[in-house]
Amino acid sequence: MPRIIKNESIVDDNWQVLTLAEGDTPESLRLPAEPALVPLAVWLTRRDELIATPAPLGVWLDSHEGPEALAADIARFAVIGVNFPKFTDGRSYSTARLLRERYHYAGEIRALGDVLQDQIFYMRRCGIDAYALRANKDIDKALAGLRVFSETYQAAADQPQPLFRRRFAREAA
Amino acid sequence: MYRYDTTDQRIIDERVAQYRDQMARHLAGELSVDELRPLRLQNGLYIQRHGPMLRIAIPYGMLAAAQLRKLAEISRRYDRGVGHFTTRQNMQLNWPQLEETPDILGELASVEMHAVQTSGNCVRNITTDHFAGCAPDEITDPRPYCELLRQWSTFHPEFAYLPRKFKIAVNAAADDRAVIRAHDIGLGLVIDDTGEIGFRVFVGGGLGRTPILGKLIREFLPRRHLLSYLDAILRVYNRYGRRDNMYKARIKILVQALGIEEFARQVDAEWAYLQDGPTTVPDAEFARIAHHFAPPPWETLPAEDSAHAARLSSDKAFANWVKRCVHVHKTPGYAAVTLSLKAPGVAPGDITDAQMLAVADLADRFSFGELRVTHEQNVVLADIRQRDLYEVWQIARSHRLATANIGLLTDMICCPGGDLCALANARSIPIADAVQQKFDDLDYLYDIGDISLNISGCMNSCGHHHVANIGILGVDKNNEEWYQITVGGQQGNAATIGKVIGPSFYAQEVPLVIEALIDVYRENRGDSERFIDTLQRIGIEPFKARAYAGRDRRRVAKVDSNEKELVNA
Repeated sequence: MPRIIKNESIVDDNWQVLTLAEGDTPESLRLPAEPALVPLAVWLTRRDELIATPAPLGVWLDSHEGPEALAADIARFAVIGVNFPKFTDGRSYSTARLLRERYHYAGEIRALGDVLQDQIFYMRRCGIDAYALRANKDIDKALAGLRVFSETYQAAADQPQPLFRRRFAREAA
Repeated sequence: MYRYDTTDQRIIDERVAQYRDQMARHLAGELSVDELRPLRLQNGLYIQRHGPMLRIAIPYGMLAAAQLRKLAEISRRYDRGVGHFTTRQNMQLNWPQLEETPDILGELASVEMHAVQTSGNCVRNITTDHFAGCAPDEITDPRPYCELLRQWSTFHPEFAYLPRKFKIAVNAAADDRAVIRAHDIGLGLVIDDTGEIGFRVFVGGGLGRTPILGKLIREFLPRRHLLSYLDAILRVYNRYGRRDNMYKARIKILVQALGIEEFARQVDAEWAYLQDGPTTVPDAEFARIAHHFAPPPWETLPAEDSAHAARLSSDKAFANWVKRCVHVHKTPGYAAVTLSLKAPGVAPGDITDAQMLAVADLADRFSFGELRVTHEQNVVLADIRQRDLYEVWQIARSHRLATANIGLLTDMICCPGGDLCALANARSIPIADAVQQKFDDLDYLYDIGDISLNISGCMNSCGHHHVANIGILGVDKNNEEWYQITVGGQQGNAATIGKVIGPSFYAQEVPLVIEALIDVYRENRGDSERFIDTLQRIGIEPFKARAYAGRDRRRVAKVDSNEKELVNA
């Protein structure tokens, strides 16, 4: 079974990530009985059908797709994937923060695509808590990527207070 | 200046460890060339024409003497004993070994320095006025705001993979010495009627391939909102900036495409969620940082030192230096001094390890142990007593740091160009050298007076040629080096992008063309008119006509359409 990093450990994972292959349309895509992350277009087209299935709900956003379209349904999802088509495409960092900080999404946010050890620290800061590492990479080694820095300056999804507020709180304590 | 606390230090130490591990994994074959690239770039490491180049961050140009001594040591031990100051007030080493770069970063961390985000598609080094804290026309010291921005931008998790690089500059004086409108975000500090400090915010400026001056997006942003508002701008840019074409990926292209009103509307919509959130900066934090920039213990001195006045009248060479390199200080009896790194025969902005040590000693002896790097690639000692100027001059002169040419034709901004840089289309240092040779007479230079001449070896415009009175741009045509000339650009409050005068020139023609442009100025200038004033009064045509007089450009007319494409792409 495939493995992912989730909450700082490596776990087996049975979610499928569905994509629209050549010739597929959101209407025609076959939906499996097992848990699956569906493309946003499929969710938008077949929302009611998906809600009616007993499986937990998952959707994934490509880097050019924002979280706005999911706002009304956000609490329904067990997993929301955010895609990094290339690891240098930074849009999904914003998407993840918006999911957490604006839409208060509490479920799993999973990084998909070109996910590598040297980016997952920033991903975690932005609220991503599961990482489907690129298949040819050593997932056990990559765990170290989550522990690079012990302190950070900015407020983000993992730390609501910027360092300048915490410094004062520490001094006052 | 700002000193790290244990947290700042820990973050930088952890960065070194991270980079050391990345380099080890790369050398072990676990991290590919492509995977390493953005990581090394965000640690200042380029792979250049002859090998690696390391760009060391000098936040807003501030250096302590001990830090400059460390740079001298590093340049001697790991390089060839020369550093090069850049227009982002950073220092580049041109000959480090790839494998040794983690050690260099470790050395830097030992003096509270690093190479964080000096390259890559992220927020780069914040720049500001090199006379911060001592300029008479300053509203308040900009450096605390720069340091606040340094911390905010350092390892910002959301904005490490922007569509393209992102440059921010801060000005807090009546005269803009930081070219803020040539930046992705330019911040002009202002105080409103109630005494509140805030910023005029410009967005979407930049040089490069498509030079544009930043547009005003906010007339007054109270300082407490600085970070949340910048988060909003960066988020809009990160989400919607173009990523399909690196030449159209800067924020200026997004601002241009949407129009400033629509861009501002999107930023405001985003900011509505962020405003007054935890990233709002409390006064206590401004006070904490400002404390690091408390004025040095200036003495109470008479405004005019009599011994200094006597030397001015008795020593012409000293008087010339004072005229060009010594600047008014807000404190009576003090002056700011520019040490010129534009001596004849030296690449503009280059400084040897011995010169670094000499400057560090000068700073310790005469200027409270601190110095600044200017975006014009010189060094400033900001707090010199008037009565010490003569001695400072003598010492500086003995180290070839006292060329009296600041603000003159030979005080050129110049990128490393094709001699060193892999991006360059043409060499720029030989052009600077040829200009220096052609204009080697100081009296002639004084007669020409205030003028700016900047040289870039490619469209990336590191040499800021667009905002020079005379700009020189290296272009490649069929593997030949050609040089395009612009005139009429300027920095400052009236920042202007220069105009191309026509088809480009051979390298050997460039000094002659400059001379022709200067001749037109000298023949036409009115009383106390600078080059730029005359140019604005009589227009570009007389300059253009003289530049091409006797030069047959027909042979290259066809190639020029390619060049135009390159320029406007």
